[in-house]
Amino acid sequence: MLLDQDHITEDGEFIINIGPQHPSTHGVLHLKVWLDGETVKKCEPHLGYIHRSIEKMCESLSYRQYIFTTSRMDYLSAHINNQACALAVEQGLQVEVPERAKVIRTILAELTRLASHALWWGCMGLDLGAVTPFFYAFREREMINDIMEESCGARLTQNFIVPGGLMMDVHPNFVQKTKELVKLFRANIHEYDELLSGNVIFQQRTQGVGPLSKADAISFGTSGAVARASGVSCDVRKHYPYDAYDRVQFKEIISEGGDSWARYLVRIEEMKQSFDIIEQLIDSIPEGEIVGKTKAVIKLPKGEFYSRVETARGELGVMLVSDGGSTPYRVKFRSPNFSNLSALGHMVKGAKIGDLVAIMATLDLVIPDVDR
Amino acid sequence: MEAEALKQEILSIEPSMVFEEGGQFINGGIESTVLSALMKELRDRPTLAFDYLVCLTCVDYKTHFTMFYQLRSLTHRHELVIKAKISNIEHPAIDSVTSLWRTADFHEREVFDLFGVKFYGHPDLRRIFLDENWPGFPLRKNYEDANMIEL
Repeated sequence: MLLDQDHITEDGEFIINIGPQHPSTHGVLHLKVWLDGETVKKCEPHLGYIHRSIEKMCESLSYRQYIFTTSRMDYLSAHINNQACALAVEQGLQVEVPERAKVIRTILAELTRLASHALWWGCMGLDLGAVTPFFYAFREREMINDIMEESCGARLTQNFIVPGGLMMDVHPNFVQKTKELVKLFRANIHEYDELLSGNVIFQQRTQGVGPLSKADAISFGTSGAVARASGVSCDVRKHYPYDAYDRVQFKEIISEGGDSWARYLVRIEEMKQSFDIIEQLIDSIPEGEIVGKTKAVIKLPKGEFYSRVETARGELGVMLVSDGGSTPYRVKFRSPNFSNLSALGHMVKGAKIGDLVAIMATLDLVIPDVDR
Repeated sequence: MEAEALKQEILSIEPSMVFEEGGQFINGGIESTVLSALMKELRDRPTLAFDYLVCLTCVDYKTHFTMFYQLRSLTHRHELVIKAKISNIEHPAIDSVTSLWRTADFHEREVFDLFGVKFYGHPDLRRIFLDENWPGFPLRKNYEDANMIEL
């Protein structure tokens, strides 16, 4: 039986455990929270409930195989994870990726980002007690998943990328369906604003909640929408363009707010930028090969190879250390969620326990990517 | 700042640093003992201003461990990889950089958990993923587990 001293500290603080099985932690995240009444005094994430040691597994897989394990890290950005891994291998091989593959990869990456942000938007409403947004978000998300299914053969873990290009060509319907989706999504996005952004209760629950200053955002190594909402310019697509991002025009959304409301708005605006990127590319997909020439067994020269991409959550970095063999000597994934999560303990200090959920929702955590 | 000028500037702080040829970033190799003084200068000197620690990790080369620190300056937009060599493979240890970049807190706990590298001055050095009683350090090359299968 639990005694009083087991969950009440000497200062009268009450300790509770949120998760690992709790709907608002979006996965198996365990938060140990010290409470004074309803005020959070301290919050400590406990990780490892879905640790599979993907980095160790990759050491025994070939350079073609290891890409597929990464779909299981940030499963909402599966395609973008694959892209990062392929880019690292291509960096080592110095292989030329055909233009067609580059453009299709970029369009699929933006579709993935839209699907991920749509899910985040629905879940954000759900976390704060609004059930309806979830159904609206899934309307568009389903269409994106259908496009993915038709071309890649899978709805969530696409595994469509191989070193040098794409596994196969896209479905003949791809261009038309993507155009329809973007048109419909653009026409529907005002409903997102009407349902949540313009909702007074929602605004009051996010404005001024969980502030993160610019200096802290940098110090905690945050990236993606979390950092950009605190005024840090860190979009990898802008600063270190890869694939076809150097030929599209889009704005990097930066806000100075730093609170949950700013993070919310940054993601909504990012979705609109994704429409622009897709529209610029979809009509001009070059014809030609879809995969560059690589050997059946890929061997990288000795050394380290890095790549980085902007996933829906922030900067994903891949470091490959090669000893010249057919499997990586060491693989390191710099996961955006892991760094973003490390700021949580700082952000929730002094907030109410209800706001903890709102802050976590705007961090947009995917736990398998934290634990890897 | 150009790559050459950057190298010269860093050499003036730490003369023992050895730069590698080639590579995507500027790779600077040092011994683990000189790390903390160098890192503080890299972050605080206005011409360098490496304010963003992208990532830190460890690689087990069997004869030694190497700590990788990938640094970025958000003001100057230049990047640097510091490779700190830890020669003691029995009891690997290095200074913590938590006081300079707070993101190092979680990353160092991860390296401690999976490689067994100790960090001097870390405020809360515990295993982050694995159970406290887990035997061994899985990402070391000599790690063995009864349940492991050869692929």
